[in-house]
Amino acid sequence: MEEQRLITLENISKEFDGNTVLDNINLYIRKNEFLTLLGPSGCGKTTTLRIIGGFETADTGKVIFDGKEINDVPPYKRRVNTVFQKYALFPHLNVRDNIAFGLKIKKMPKQEINKRVDKMLDLVNLSGYGKRSVDSLSGGQQQRIAIARALVNEPEVLLLDEPLGALDLKLRKEMQLELKSMQQRLGITFIYVTHDQEEALTMSDTIVVMHGGHIQQIGTPKTIYDEPKNAFVANFIGESNIFKGTMVRDELVEFCGQQFVCVDSGFGENAPVDVVVRPEDVMLVGEDIGQVTGVIRSVLFKGVHYEMMIDTGNCVWKVHSTTMQPEGSRVGLNVVPFNIHIMHPMKEA
Amino acid sequence: MLDLKMPVWGTWLMALGFIAFIALLVLYIRRHKGMSRSLFASPYTLWMIIFTVLPIILIAYYAFTDANGKFTFDNFVTFWDSNHTMNKQLIEMGFDPAEMGGGRGTVNLDTLVYSLWMAFLCTLICLLLGYPAAAIMADRQFKLGATLVVLFIIPMWMNFILRTIAWMTLLEDNGLINKLLIWLGFERVQLMYNSNAVQLGMVYNFLPFMVFPIYNALAKQDVKLFEASMDLGANRWLTFWKVTFPLSLPGVVSGITMVFMPAVTTFFIPRMLGGGNTEMFGDLIERTFLTANNWNLGSALSLIMMVLILLSLGLLRKVDPDGEGGSML
Amino acid sequence: MMKVLKRSYLALILAFLYLPIVVLVIQSFNAGSSRAVWEGFSLRWYGELFRNKNIMDALYVTVSIAILAAFFSTILGSLAAIGIHAMKKRPQAFMMTLTNLPMTMPDIVTGISLMLLFIFTKVQRGYWTMLLAHITFNTPYVILSVMPKLKQMNSHAYEAALDLGATPVYALFHVILPEIKPGIITGALMAFTLSLDDFTVSYFTTSPLVQNLSTLIYSEARRGIKPTMNALSALMFILLLVLLLIVNRRTKEPQA
Repeated sequence: MEEQRLITLENISKEFDGNTVLDNINLYIRKNEFLTLLGPSGCGKTTTLRIIGGFETADTGKVIFDGKEINDVPPYKRRVNTVFQKYALFPHLNVRDNIAFGLKIKKMPKQEINKRVDKMLDLVNLSGYGKRSVDSLSGGQQQRIAIARALVNEPEVLLLDEPLGALDLKLRKEMQLELKSMQQRLGITFIYVTHDQEEALTMSDTIVVMHGGHIQQIGTPKTIYDEPKNAFVANFIGESNIFKGTMVRDELVEFCGQQFVCVDSGFGENAPVDVVVRPEDVMLVGEDIGQVTGVIRSVLFKGVHYEMMIDTGNCVWKVHSTTMQPEGSRVGLNVVPFNIHIMHPMKEA
Repeated sequence: MLDLKMPVWGTWLMALGFIAFIALLVLYIRRHKGMSRSLFASPYTLWMIIFTVLPIILIAYYAFTDANGKFTFDNFVTFWDSNHTMNKQLIEMGFDPAEMGGGRGTVNLDTLVYSLWMAFLCTLICLLLGYPAAAIMADRQFKLGATLVVLFIIPMWMNFILRTIAWMTLLEDNGLINKLLIWLGFERVQLMYNSNAVQLGMVYNFLPFMVFPIYNALAKQDVKLFEASMDLGANRWLTFWKVTFPLSLPGVVSGITMVFMPAVTTFFIPRMLGGGNTEMFGDLIERTFLTANNWNLGSALSLIMMVLILLSLGLLRKVDPDGEGGSML
Repeated sequence: MMKVLKRSYLALILAFLYLPIVVLVIQSFNAGSSRAVWEGFSLRWYGELFRNKNIMDALYVTVSIAILAAFFSTILGSLAAIGIHAMKKRPQAFMMTLTNLPMTMPDIVTGISLMLLFIFTKVQRGYWTMLLAHITFNTPYVILSVMPKLKQMNSHAYEAALDLGATPVYALFHVILPEIKPGIITGALMAFTLSLDDFTVSYFTTSPLVQNLSTLIYSEARRGIKPTMNALSALMFILLLVLLLIVNRRTKEPQA
């Protein structure tokens, strides 16, 4: 992909009442990219978005848009538009007037406004809803109006702050796909904030995992999932077994009282490390051929798979498997070297 | 003659205020690089500084100075020194501590104690009368409750002077009550010009302030709590004492605040119904200012009253931190 | 049995509350000037009321001050509420204390402190000082009735407007004001009523030459109450009643 940086954040820091919310954030966003800021609440993702939108000013650092610093440009002069958490539709205006709000400010001719609003209503599948009051719409419909209201201004970047947070699961899945296809069709850069890792994995080109005001990892959904940089990312993205371990030497790690061959190197000898194994990467085998053996303590049916907690003496492993073994039975566990992820131990944030 | 001309001072005061306001605004905009919504509060801030903070400072200033502007505690000494000249001055004006059953013999202290006592009695009577009324109206089986509580508020909207005057019509020697008594064959009774009449006027004026917050606190209680208590084996009385009453306490506290505060500062009611024999602290303040023209002592009295109110408010806030009892409207 | 007891208790208390008002209204229709003797129904005192120059002057002062004070305090208070709402926690807490202070202060202290201010600045007390005083005690009430509306508002609506290209002033008039309008109107009505009803503060901030109805009633009452006063009281009561019923309806509405 061509390196065309549309937005760059340089050394951004922000404090609220003495609490550091963002600590030296560096980040760039390419044109036409779907970038997701992902992290638990309070990680600074929304603040980052608000700094890009112009609703907060960074204490230090620069926001660069299209090569120009825009730190002091007020939100109404920025070429970005936002879809707010809980939509922030204007309750005193009907659907049509909500969407037309930005165009009216630009003093666009009436006919042109009507044309564009109709086009937008069509785009979000709500033609014929123009005269309705926004309070009479369902959550999903309000969501679409909020998106239409922002998109009608033809922004270069659309900022979305947990836009699907208030919707139920089924609707959320539908909207995820719809948003993604909309982004591809319109060719607009999306910056998306969410705490839902699944949502991030489904929609994004790039995911930025944040925690405690720091960026933990930037990468494609696949890299983030397969090669988490540290235990926080591993734990936050999908489910994981995280064990304390020791790197005996390159490509050999010891954890749970057992040595395992792995593919990582360069940690030094006898270095303490965090070891991450995804529950679906653990294979259940016969007791005699397993690298470790353990007793099944509990079995939960999860729909697609069974989740088993297996006690191997010094550790408890979480294992996902489509076949069930009865509680109390002894089993062997195997992990292939490729699925053992070694990372530097986490500093306590 | 009505004099509605704008006085000269008005022009310069306005000009001064305007200049100060613009200066503040410019300073603020410079510091914050642009328009912020908090700016909208600046005219109000300026207004409050001139018309609330400054006057309070003035009161404090006068309270601690004498007529020549020298610093003194003299104004407060009047509270315990019965030989103080100001004390004698007040007695000459017709304030007689003996009439209020005063002990120490200083007008100020006796009036204060008397006012506190009257306010306490008033609060107690309002609570005793008001709680049952509120409880009856808040009863879910009583459908008219919500309507009736409005009836309690309506009289409060009438000018309190008018309400007090209306009582005079009833209580005076030729008033309706005495007429009724004579018609029934009883003797004429002196109803006005004593502490009881004043107390009646106060209770009459402040009772709604007690009923409304208690009603609010009771009415919003969840029926399920009541049912749960019964379910757990408590009878009606036990449920009332263990569940309903404790939960209505914020309303009670709110009611006590709303009755006690204005009751202590009652002004005018004692003069009309008590006939000048039983003046309270509010009247004392007014007379010290307007009749005796002693601003320093008057300010000291006002200051004490203000501190007293703020202290008791602070105390009550501790019991009812969110002011849960609700407001009057 | 219990039910009858409860109802008669309520009836008794309500009778206590309404007795003086009813008596006052009845007397205002008494043809004679004695309060003790009923001489037949007449509107005589209402007629005299409107011919009495003092009362008409006072009525003019009362109503004009109430309108002006409501107008100015509504502007001042609404702007202030928006400003305070947008403030950070600490300055906001400070401003709310500043707003609550005059509301907890006894009326008599408010009146006297303002009187001191006017005397200290050598400002002659009269119509305009009374107006200033009324604006002062009204404004916090306006703030307190606008504030909840602001809190109910979606906190991002203002930002959404800026995001869509509105300047702060445009956003104020097209997004915030339409949203908080009910609170502003309630506040204005409340200010108007408070001002109409005020005695204590007016008493200390005006001169004997400029009286509003309350201070006039007070000075008349010292000389003995004339039946015209009864008529006036009855009229004022009904006026206030209507006004406050409107205010009350407005404040209750949004909870539904």
